[in-house]
Amino acid sequence: MIELSNVSKTYFSNNKGSGANAVHALKNATLSVPKGTIHGVIGLSGAGKSTLIRCVNLLERPTSGSVTVDGQEMTQLSNAALNRARHRIGMIFQHFNLLTTRTVFDNVALPLELMGQKRHTVRDRVIPLLEMVGLADKANQYPAQLSGGQKQRVAIARALASKPQVLLCDEATSALDPQTTSSILELLRDINHQLGITILLITHEMEVVKSICHRVSLISDGELVEDAEVGDFFTAPRTQLGREFLNDFLQLTPPKELIERLLDAPGENTHPVVRLTFSGDAVSTPLISRLARECGVDVSILQAKVESIQERTLGLMIAELLGSPTQTQQAMHYLESHQLQVEVLGHVQRND
Amino acid sequence: MSSAMIDLILQATLDTLYMVAVSGLISTLVGLPLGVMLYVTRPRQILAKPVLNQVLSIITNVGRSIPFIILMVAIIPFTRMLVGTSIGINAASVPLTIAAIPFVARLVEAALNEISPGLIEAAQAMGATPWQIIRKVLIPEARGGIMTGLTITVVTLVSYSAMAGAVGGGGLGDLGIRYGYNRFNPTIMLITVVILVVMVQGFQSLGDYLVRKSDRK
Repeated sequence: MIELSNVSKTYFSNNKGSGANAVHALKNATLSVPKGTIHGVIGLSGAGKSTLIRCVNLLERPTSGSVTVDGQEMTQLSNAALNRARHRIGMIFQHFNLLTTRTVFDNVALPLELMGQKRHTVRDRVIPLLEMVGLADKANQYPAQLSGGQKQRVAIARALASKPQVLLCDEATSALDPQTTSSILELLRDINHQLGITILLITHEMEVVKSICHRVSLISDGELVEDAEVGDFFTAPRTQLGREFLNDFLQLTPPKELIERLLDAPGENTHPVVRLTFSGDAVSTPLISRLARECGVDVSILQAKVESIQERTLGLMIAELLGSPTQTQQAMHYLESHQLQVEVLGHVQRND
Repeated sequence: MSSAMIDLILQATLDTLYMVAVSGLISTLVGLPLGVMLYVTRPRQILAKPVLNQVLSIITNVGRSIPFIILMVAIIPFTRMLVGTSIGINAASVPLTIAAIPFVARLVEAALNEISPGLIEAAQAMGATPWQIIRKVLIPEARGGIMTGLTITVVTLVSYSAMAGAVGGGGLGDLGIRYGYNRFNPTIMLITVVILVVMVQGFQSLGDYLVRKSDRK
């Protein structure tokens, strides 16, 4: 439904277009979002997320590359054709962008007015939309009288008014508190489910990706560095940045006093401290006790967490492996052979 | 006070109201589109035309920098061409209008500056044409600010119209100068000032009311 291929966007700080002051906001981004799926793009601020999503409906015109939405090459369209194409692409924003001088009803009606639809057609479309987002009773209120979550619901209803096939969400929950965030995400999931709308969202929150996305891309410094099923991304991110996002989200970092004692290289009497990530079958296997029996290594668990991500279970653990260097080495091989990810965080001096 | 005097004051009040109304109305009709043009033709705006924007901006600045009393005298040939005479309230309304147009334009532009760029972006994402954005987003969203600007303009016109006496324009300011100041009649002076104060108060209250009505923030 949405295809970006080799899309680049370069900003020039002067009009001459000399390379010296060029900012490469997006570098050769290639992305494909199949019909009916929810695709998330996650990245730190300034990574190019906003530019990426704005290139889909050409709010930003790519410097090079091709953008196809529903089989239509967007960059080749005339102004009039582009406006028609935009009627098929809804968009919601971090700061809602509702018109302050229009009532809730009139805000939702705006895209239909722009399309030149008749008053009664507009009414027949707006009322069910307001019911869908649960704001039928607020039709005659003004945005200033609504809470943040309610404003975003109005914005969602407005984005859906023209019956789009694609919904773009620009940090749609970043200005909302956690409870409101989850209710908005639930609404987006329902919309995707019931109406089959393809959703592309950008966010810096792993929670958003975890709760509604099917696939996720990681963007860093204008480049899409990782693209994975959400389950895979949360169990085994392939890039360092992906791991950082995951660890930050899971908040599984070694205790502070341990970090201070952590040595980079193994010494005379040291034990490795490892972070274990296990998913799938490994979760239900009693691997730790087997480790003790089969490798003669004792495991001291420092921190552990189990997360459930889209019907997949993800276990995480920070542990100290107690044994001789050969034994611990063997233990790590054993764990890796059972589909566990083993990451050595460092080594600690034995206390005894 | 003689009834002739009262008639004179009444006539002067009506003259002032007439000059303010005519110049206020016409300068709004011209200044509003000009202000919108100044805004939408800026670089990176919805109808970006940087050269046109520069030209409009310079013309507007020239209009705003000429002192009113000089403008009034300088455009006498133009005034005569337009209304057939260079004296009287119709003649005085011409320079008042010319002076107010760039004033209105800049105030409209300032009101449009207050609109969050996100609203324009949202409208563009909905497939709105530039004209639809102007009509359905910019003007309604800036209505409060535009009303504030027009109120300031009308109040300024009241005080400018007092200078219209210099071209035989009539009105309260003229009356105050000729009868109050030149003929040492402090009562007339006081009455004209009081009427002007009341007039300004009235316009300001009306403006405030309209701003409140159009603002939903």
